[in-house]
Amino acid sequence: MNGSKKYMNPYFAGFILGLLILASYFFTGDGLGASGAYKRAAAKLEGFVSPSYVENPESSAYKYFTDGQDPLKNRLVFMVLGAMVGGFISGSVANRLKIRVEHSPKITAKTRLIAAVIGGALFGMGASFARGCTSGAGLNGMATLATSGFVVVMAIFGMGYAAAYFFRKLWI
Amino acid sequence: MGPLLTMSNEWSYVAALVIGILFGFILEQAGFSSSRKLAGVFYGYDFAVIRVFFSAAGTAAVGILYFDYLGWLDVSQIFINSLYLGSTIVGGLIMGLGFVIGGFCPGTSIAAVAIGKVDAWFFVGGTFLGVLLFDLGYPLYKGLVNGYNYGPVKIHETLGMSAEIFISLFALIAVIVFAVTALVQKKVSDPTKTY
Repeated sequence: MNGSKKYMNPYFAGFILGLLILASYFFTGDGLGASGAYKRAAAKLEGFVSPSYVENPESSAYKYFTDGQDPLKNRLVFMVLGAMVGGFISGSVANRLKIRVEHSPKITAKTRLIAAVIGGALFGMGASFARGCTSGAGLNGMATLATSGFVVVMAIFGMGYAAAYFFRKLWI
Repeated sequence: MGPLLTMSNEWSYVAALVIGILFGFILEQAGFSSSRKLAGVFYGYDFAVIRVFFSAAGTAAVGILYFDYLGWLDVSQIFINSLYLGSTIVGGLIMGLGFVIGGFCPGTSIAAVAIGKVDAWFFVGGTFLGVLLFDLGYPLYKGLVNGYNYGPVKIHETLGMSAEIFISLFALIAVIVFAVTALVQKKVSDPTKTY
């Protein structure tokens, strides 16, 4: 990494991330989230393709249309847009902006991209089942001492470690 | 007394945007824009994920408890995810597989997208596809998703102890985990490599 700044101390990063979660609950009554924006973007697309589908209470997108608002007019969508801006600012000040595929030298860029799509798809499905991802269900859940948060974190890391051996060639 | 903004307040969008900017900034500063750094948690060469994640959860949990105690935050008014036991476990297991294959989670992939990681762009596309697939197959597992609902239960109630005792235990376990993972990382990691 030529000339890019060092990463922040992880314990300090965790501490300020914790303060941010606290601030989020104090101001908005809810925590952080990333997958919620995908749920709403998908609902928007489904409504665009088939209005009758999202009007059916049996569909999973139905609940995003019940308040009469655009499904994208939601705090979680604004949060993800903000996160992109924040990531860009951090990358700029740390001299890390560069368009590239990051992968282990033992695999090709193509393999990495295929794995990224599959991993993303699994995360999208899993977050739908768990009503949130690592942030929305895990981090928020632990911060609020919700049992669901601890259950989902144990499931994520448990499965991660159980499956790590089979996918080691992707990373080491 | 908090929460200061209700969901219907237009200012909550501004608050979400500002919180999002700080969220993305912190994730990127912590190095979570690198899938190889994130995946290190599963192979022992980099435990940044554990350190950031558990420090953040502990700090926020203690903070919320104090704010409640001082009367600054009405905890009955904040959103608590309900425990749908079957769906939560299934979702977590699928996400764990996604993590070790994809190397990101949704939040971290956004920070990586912002600094030009093409693999993160593909991960984001995949996440969107995954949500669409879930929605398409929804009738098949609607029962599981909405079943086994225990409501917004708290972990200390589930374990039958006070919140204070639970947080103290959590902090103790976190410190032990931090120490053990530091030892493992020292053995496994190659100091010449940076991600």
